[in-house]
Amino acid sequence: MGKIWRISGPVIIAEKMRGSQVYEVVDVGDDRLTGEIIGLEGDKAVIQVYEDTAGLRVGEPVTGTGEILMVDLGPGMVGNIYDGVQRSLVTMQEDIGDFILRGTRTFALDRDKKWRFTPSVKAGDAVGEGDIIGSVPETGLIEHKIMVPIGVEGKILEIHEGDFTIEEPVAVIEHDGTRRELTMVQRWPARKPRIYKRRFDPVDLLVTGTRIIDYLFPLALGGKAAIPGGFGTGKTVNLQQMARWSQTHLNIYVGCGERGNEMADVLHSFKQLKDPATGRMLQEKEIFIANTSNMPVVAREISIFIGITMAEYFRDMGYDVLLVADSTSRWAEAMREIGSRLEETPGEEGFPTYLGSRLSSFYERSGRVECVGNPGRMGSATVIGSVSPPGADFSEPVTQATLRIVDALYSLDVALANKRHFPTINWLQSYSLYADSVDKWWNKISNEYTDVRNEALATLQKEAELEEIVRLVGPEALPEDDKLLLLVARMLREDFLMQSAFHPVDTYTEPKRNHKMIRTIMKFYEISRDMVDSGTLVSDISALKLKQRISRMKDIPNDEFDAYVANIMSDMEQSSVHEEEGGDN
Amino acid sequence: MEAPQLFTRQTKAIAVARRSLLVIESIPGIRYDEIVDVQLGTGELRTGQVIEVGKETTVVQVFGGVSEVDLLKSKVIYKGETLKLPVSPDILGRIFDGSGNPIDGGPPVIAESYLDINGIPANPSSRIPPAEFIETGISAIDGLNVLVRGQKLPIFSGSGLPHNKIAAQILRQASLRGKSEEFAIVFGAIGVSYDDAAYFIDNLEQTGALSRAVAFINTASSPVIERLSTPRLALTAAEYLAWEQDKHVLVILTDITNYCDALRELAAMRGEIPSRRGYPGYMYTDLASLYERAGRISGREGSVTILPILTMPDDDITHPIADLTGYITEGQIVLSRALERKRIYPPIDVFLSLSRMMKEGIGEGNTREDHNNVFMQSYAMYAEGNYLREISTVIGSEALSDRDKTYLEVSDRFEQEFISQGESERRSVEETLEIAWNLFSVLPVEDLKLIQQQYIDRYLPKSG
Repeated sequence: MGKIWRISGPVIIAEKMRGSQVYEVVDVGDDRLTGEIIGLEGDKAVIQVYEDTAGLRVGEPVTGTGEILMVDLGPGMVGNIYDGVQRSLVTMQEDIGDFILRGTRTFALDRDKKWRFTPSVKAGDAVGEGDIIGSVPETGLIEHKIMVPIGVEGKILEIHEGDFTIEEPVAVIEHDGTRRELTMVQRWPARKPRIYKRRFDPVDLLVTGTRIIDYLFPLALGGKAAIPGGFGTGKTVNLQQMARWSQTHLNIYVGCGERGNEMADVLHSFKQLKDPATGRMLQEKEIFIANTSNMPVVAREISIFIGITMAEYFRDMGYDVLLVADSTSRWAEAMREIGSRLEETPGEEGFPTYLGSRLSSFYERSGRVECVGNPGRMGSATVIGSVSPPGADFSEPVTQATLRIVDALYSLDVALANKRHFPTINWLQSYSLYADSVDKWWNKISNEYTDVRNEALATLQKEAELEEIVRLVGPEALPEDDKLLLLVARMLREDFLMQSAFHPVDTYTEPKRNHKMIRTIMKFYEISRDMVDSGTLVSDISALKLKQRISRMKDIPNDEFDAYVANIMSDMEQSSVHEEEGGDN
Repeated sequence: MEAPQLFTRQTKAIAVARRSLLVIESIPGIRYDEIVDVQLGTGELRTGQVIEVGKETTVVQVFGGVSEVDLLKSKVIYKGETLKLPVSPDILGRIFDGSGNPIDGGPPVIAESYLDINGIPANPSSRIPPAEFIETGISAIDGLNVLVRGQKLPIFSGSGLPHNKIAAQILRQASLRGKSEEFAIVFGAIGVSYDDAAYFIDNLEQTGALSRAVAFINTASSPVIERLSTPRLALTAAEYLAWEQDKHVLVILTDITNYCDALRELAAMRGEIPSRRGYPGYMYTDLASLYERAGRISGREGSVTILPILTMPDDDITHPIADLTGYITEGQIVLSRALERKRIYPPIDVFLSLSRMMKEGIGEGNTREDHNNVFMQSYAMYAEGNYLREISTVIGSEALSDRDKTYLEVSDRFEQEFISQGESERRSVEETLEIAWNLFSVLPVEDLKLIQQQYIDRYLPKSG
C-alpha cells in the first residue's frame, strides 16, 4: 500500500507504489477518492484524482485496484444517468441523497435486477468473439444483444433461457479443454477503441429533424461534426434537439462541464417526450453522462471516453448510435489543467501540445463499420461535439484543432442569436462534406434534392451580397429581380431555416416534409420570377395571400401537411395566383 | 457535523520566502487547501493558504506578501482543517467579513453546525429545473428576461452604470406572484468600495429587510485572499438557509470582476501559466464552482437564486470575465451605455440580454397566457425600429414609408414607456404587459403576426 507524498490540486504523488501500472485505478486517502495513475517514476506514482482533493494530508493511504479504468457494459445502461466515472447518479441519489459526497461508490449496472435472456445459439455451436449468443429486451426500444467478449471463443456447452442478473452465467463455453462461464456483462478499457471488421464510408443520412442540418448541411450515420458557438447562441438547445429527435437506435448525451440546471432540464424533458418514429418514451433510447461544471474537473477528461466506449458497444450490436458531447472545450480545459499541474510544456494558450491528437482519438472512434462476429451486421457511431470558443472567437486552439478533424461544421452565430433567429446555424459559414455522399439517400426521397439544395444555397449567398448594397443605397434602389431575391431569401430564412425547438410540430421535421417545405418556397420563387418578368411589382408579390399561406406551413400538423402543401402547389402550378387575388380585391 | 478542532499547531523552519510563497519543511497533519496564519517576528499575523503539501516541503501562499518574513522567527500556525462557516438560524440580520468574523459589533454566531465553504456538488439527478416566476417589478426583466427561482442571472455592467441601483431595486421588490412570502437575502460584497457596500446595507436597513438578510463584506481595502472566500461564505450561508431552513434565497454577489482579478493576482504570484488576458486557465471551473450553487432540489422547499454583478472592462462583452460567466449562467442582463446616455433607467439592452429560463417561467399559471406572444412581438417591433433607425441614418428618414416611420416612433416609445421606469416604481407583470399592448395598438393589426388571434381579441386596446 502506498502513501500520499505530495498534493497539488487534482494531481497527487504517492510513494511506495512499486508494482503499479500506468492508468491503473487507485483509491486515494482516508475517504478513498477515485484516482488514476498517469505516470510512474521509481516507487512514486503520479495520480490524477477524480474527486475534490481539498483537505487531503501527506501520509494518507493510496491503494491500487490492479485494474485500469474499465467501462461496465451490459443491460441496465439505457435510461441511466452516470457521472464522469460511470457511477450511477440514480443509485447514488437513492443511497446517499441529493449531494455527491466524496469517496461514494456505486455500481454502474444494477446487480440485483433480473433480465429476461433469450438465447439465439444452442449447445454445441461454435462461437467466436463478437458473436451474438442471445438478447435481452432492455427497454421498449432497445433489444440488448449479448455478445461473446472480444478475445473469447469456444464451443457452447450449455446456454439457458430465463431470468438472470447480470452476474449470473447464461452460458458456458469450452475452449481447449477449459470451461468459461459467460455473463451478460463485459468490461472494456475506456481509452481503448473497440475493434471492428471493416470501416465503410458514411452514406446514409442521420435524420436529426432540424431542417437546416438535414437538408443543407446533412450529417451521415457514422460521421463526425462540431458545433462551435459563443454563449447565448443555443449550442445546448441544438445538441438537445439532436439527442431528442435523431432517428438512431440509441443516443448518448454527455454533459461535460456544463450547467446543472440545464442537465436537470434535459433529464426531465426526456422523461416526458416521445420518440416521433415509435411513440415510445425517449428515455428508453438514451444514456446520460452528467458531469456538470462544479463536479471534479479531471472526471471530465474520462467522461467523454466512457461515453464513446458505450457508443461503440451498442454499435457492435448492429445499432446506429449518436453521441453528443457538450462541451469539448470544457474537456480540453480539463486537459490543460492537468497538463499545467504536471508542469508539461504548454502549446497554444496553455493547452497541452497533445490537444489535437487527444481530440482526434475521440472523434476518430466514430464511424460506420461492419461489426465483429456472427451474424454479420453493420453498425455506426456518430459523434457531435460542441465547442465553446472564448469570446466567440473561432481562431482559438480548441475550435481550430476540432475543425481539422470533423467533416461537418455547424457554426453558430452570435448576430443571429441577437436577432432571435434560431437555430443560429450560420448558412454561409457552415459546411458538410457528407452532402455529396448522402445525395443518393436524399434522391430516394426526391430526385430534385440536389437542384433545390444548390439553388437555395445560391439564393442565400446572393442575399448576403445584396445586403451590403442595401446598407448603402436602401432597398428601394434595387432592380425588381434583386428585390424578389431578397424577398425569397427572407422566406427561406423565416419560413424554412428558422425552426422553433419549443413548438410541438416545428421542433421535428421529417425528411419528406422537409423537402416539401423548401421545394414550395423555391417553386414560389419560380412562378414569381415569371410574374416579375411580365411586369408585376415585387411589393405586390409580397402582399400575396399565397405567401402568407407558405409562411404558415411550419405549424401545420403532420397529418394535414400534405394536403395543405398540395393545395399551395396546385394553386401555383395553375398560375391561379392572380385570379385568387383579383377575386379578393 | 464534526466541530473543527479548537487547538492549533505551529511550525517554524521556513526554508524559502520568495514573492508571496513560503516553502516550509514538512508539516505533519496539514491539509491541502487549508487556510493558515503566518506570524511574523513582530507578532503581526497574516493569512495564508496551503497550495501544495508534500512529504518534504509544504508551500504556503501568504496574502499580503512575504515582506518582513524572516526565516528564523516567523512561524506558521495551522489547524489541520479547511475553512468552515459556523451556521445557525441566527445568521440572519448579521454582517460578517470575508473570513466569516462578525463585523457588526454583535457576538460570534453560536454554531449549529460548521459547513465547508466550498460546498458539495448537488447530484444532477436530484435537481429540478427552475420554473417559478419571480416578479421584480421591472418591465425589462419581467416582460422580456424573466428571472425564476433557482436561476443564476448576472448583470453585465460597466463602470459608472447604475447596476447597484438596479440590484437594490430587485432586492426591495422581488417577490413571488400572489404569495406574501419574502426572500431571504444573502449579500456578498467582493472588493467593492466602502460606499458601495454601505449603499446596500443602508438600503436593506431602511426597508427593514436587514432582519432577513445576511451580508459578507470584503471591501477594496480588505485582504485580497478574502475576495476568494467571500462569495463562498455567502453561498454556503445561502445553501444552509435554502436546504436546511427551507427558505427561498436571493444572493447578490458584487463585483465578480474584483473576484476574478484577485484570482489572477494570486495565480500570477504562484507563477502559474496564464490563459486569456493573464487570467488562469481554470477560471471557468472556478467561477462555475460559485454559480453552480444556484438551483432547486427535488423534495426540498427552498431555492438559491444568484444575481452576480460584474463590470465589463471597457464595456467589452467578450472580455474573459463576462465571457466565461455567460457560458455558465442562464442568461444575462446587459446594461447599455447608449441607453444610459439617453437617460433611460434601467438602461437594459434587451437585444444582448437573455434569460434562458424564460420559457419555463411564463405563460398561464405562471404569469399570463399571452406573455410569450407579447415578448416575441415586442422584440420584433423594437428590432424593426432599430433596424430602420440604422438605415435612416444612411439614407435619411425622408426616404422611409409611413409604416416605417410608425415603427421608428413606436420603438422610441418602447424605450421611454416600457423599458424606462422609476427607481421605486414597482410594476406588476399585468401592468408591464399592458404597456406593451398599448404600443401594439399603434401598429397595423396585420403586423401582429407573432400573437395568436384570441389574445389580440382579448387584450388589444380598442382604438378610439
